[in-house]
Amino acid sequence: MALQAIAFYLMAAATIASAIAVVSARNPVHSVLFLIASFFSAAGLFVLLGAEFLAMLLVVVYVGAVAVLFLFVVMMLDVDFAELRQGFARYMPLGGLIAGGLAVEMVIVSTTVATKGAARLSEAPMASGSAGPSVPNAEAIGGVLYTDYVYFFQAAGMVLLVAMIGAIVLTLRHKPGVRRQVIMDQVLRTPKSGMRMAQPKPGEGIDL
Amino acid sequence: MSTPPAANLAVINADNPLVWFGLTVGQILLVTVPLLLVVAFVIYADRKIFAGVQMRKGPNVVGPFGLLQSFADLGKFLIKELVVPAGADKFVFLLAPLISVTLALGSWAAIPLAPGWIVSNINVGILYLFAVSSMGVYGIIMGGWASNSKYPFLGALRSAAQMVSYEVSIGFVIITVILLSGSLNLTRITEMQAGGFWNWNILGGGGLKNLPLAIVMIPMCVIFFISGLAETNRPPFDLPEAESELVAGYAIEYGSTPYMLFYLAETSNIILMSSLLAVLFLGGWQAPWPTPYLNGLHDWAGSLLVSLHGLVMLMAKTFFVFFMNAMVRSVVPRYRYDQLMRLGWKVFLPTSLVAVALVAGWRVYANGVG
Repeated sequence: MALQAIAFYLMAAATIASAIAVVSARNPVHSVLFLIASFFSAAGLFVLLGAEFLAMLLVVVYVGAVAVLFLFVVMMLDVDFAELRQGFARYMPLGGLIAGGLAVEMVIVSTTVATKGAARLSEAPMASGSAGPSVPNAEAIGGVLYTDYVYFFQAAGMVLLVAMIGAIVLTLRHKPGVRRQVIMDQVLRTPKSGMRMAQPKPGEGIDL
Repeated sequence: MSTPPAANLAVINADNPLVWFGLTVGQILLVTVPLLLVVAFVIYADRKIFAGVQMRKGPNVVGPFGLLQSFADLGKFLIKELVVPAGADKFVFLLAPLISVTLALGSWAAIPLAPGWIVSNINVGILYLFAVSSMGVYGIIMGGWASNSKYPFLGALRSAAQMVSYEVSIGFVIITVILLSGSLNLTRITEMQAGGFWNWNILGGGGLKNLPLAIVMIPMCVIFFISGLAETNRPPFDLPEAESELVAGYAIEYGSTPYMLFYLAETSNIILMSSLLAVLFLGGWQAPWPTPYLNGLHDWAGSLLVSLHGLVMLMAKTFFVFFMNAMVRSVVPRYRYDQLMRLGWKVFLPTSLVAVALVAGWRVYANGVG
């Protein structure tokens, strides 16, 4: 359908343009905002593929959570990007090599999926496009994720858990002598325990 | 409105891209324009309720009973001069309110307003709403940063932390509802709750055999309501704009139309959260009683009647939830920031996580699903 083609070219162009803007923007906060725009247009491409579940996950996880943390860090740290940029020419070959490798991998993966179907997923309605999926793709993904790939899924979860615990262990410090909020005391406070009626005489204070 | 109720619409060929485009734009306008009117009157209702609790009269000058107050405010916002602070990032400064209002209005696409009356009946409707509401934080954080001023920035950081925290428990509450309905589609979730209030998800969804789940689902509904307050920066969680400490938070530097857009987005989001609670827990457009009297109506007048019946039901429930929202705003004092974070992470998150496990267990062992 013509509308889908228009939508595809619009979103693909937006994805690439904002991806270029991420690395070329002068202001780091603008870079992050362009990164978010790039994520968002990529989610749009997923919708066009008929993978609406993945699209929503992309928005919820990357745009809604990961990029917010990015933005936090970039806004609060005073990163001098002009200084970082000085090594640009020196790192260019290495960066280009990695980007080229990734591009080749992506082409291989996508052609394999297109011609042979990826493993058992070939009959899954992921890439059925305009024909309309017979099974909602949330169910399709759940069906393989919790059966065939359950161990990988659990392992990925464990990796994230370990990373989280590691970050907490690295940053957690128990400083002695800090007065903390004890919520239980605050909740259990009653007018009787928290209030005292005093009758100060004129010219005198009261002892607390 | 993916299936137009009137039969005469069928002669228009929806496969033609231009016709399709026109129909979609028309549907969007049919939802958005009444919504903006509703927002105007909801702002008025909010102020009246607030005033009533404080034994004031509230807005009572413009129009009968002050009903046109919001429109007078609109005019005032529009004719004020737009001031962009010196040193502000002008583009981001003006983009922020636009993002807020676009997301706030866009999320209405997936709300089933009445039987068949929905702009986009997507399979992942509830995830779409979750995704859009999780993006809502950008309007605030960009506005706060672009103002190039201290208080807005602090307000924006607070707001971002608060919204990200409460989204987690909202997500788990939504999962309990999804487990009960077995679908991410909001129309399907609504249809599952047909037949009377005993089938609503707040009472376990599915009549008497799921009634024990009410012990879990009523607290889930309460958690959703409170998290909705935090998500929309409503009092008692309005720390991002706490006037006693941050002047007005992220919105200090805004005035005129951009401020109005923020205000509009916020109010629209409050109504959205209210109607989402109505859809998820209170049966959406289903009546609280069995409706056999609507069964035989198949001609266009009949189906219009069915749709209007549903719309009235949804609006009544939404207004009920909104009224409680407004009462909380008038009655409860503002939370301290550490209390807010504790409530989100140490109370709501574990509670909703346990609830997900309980509901999933009930579905497998008592209902034999999966």
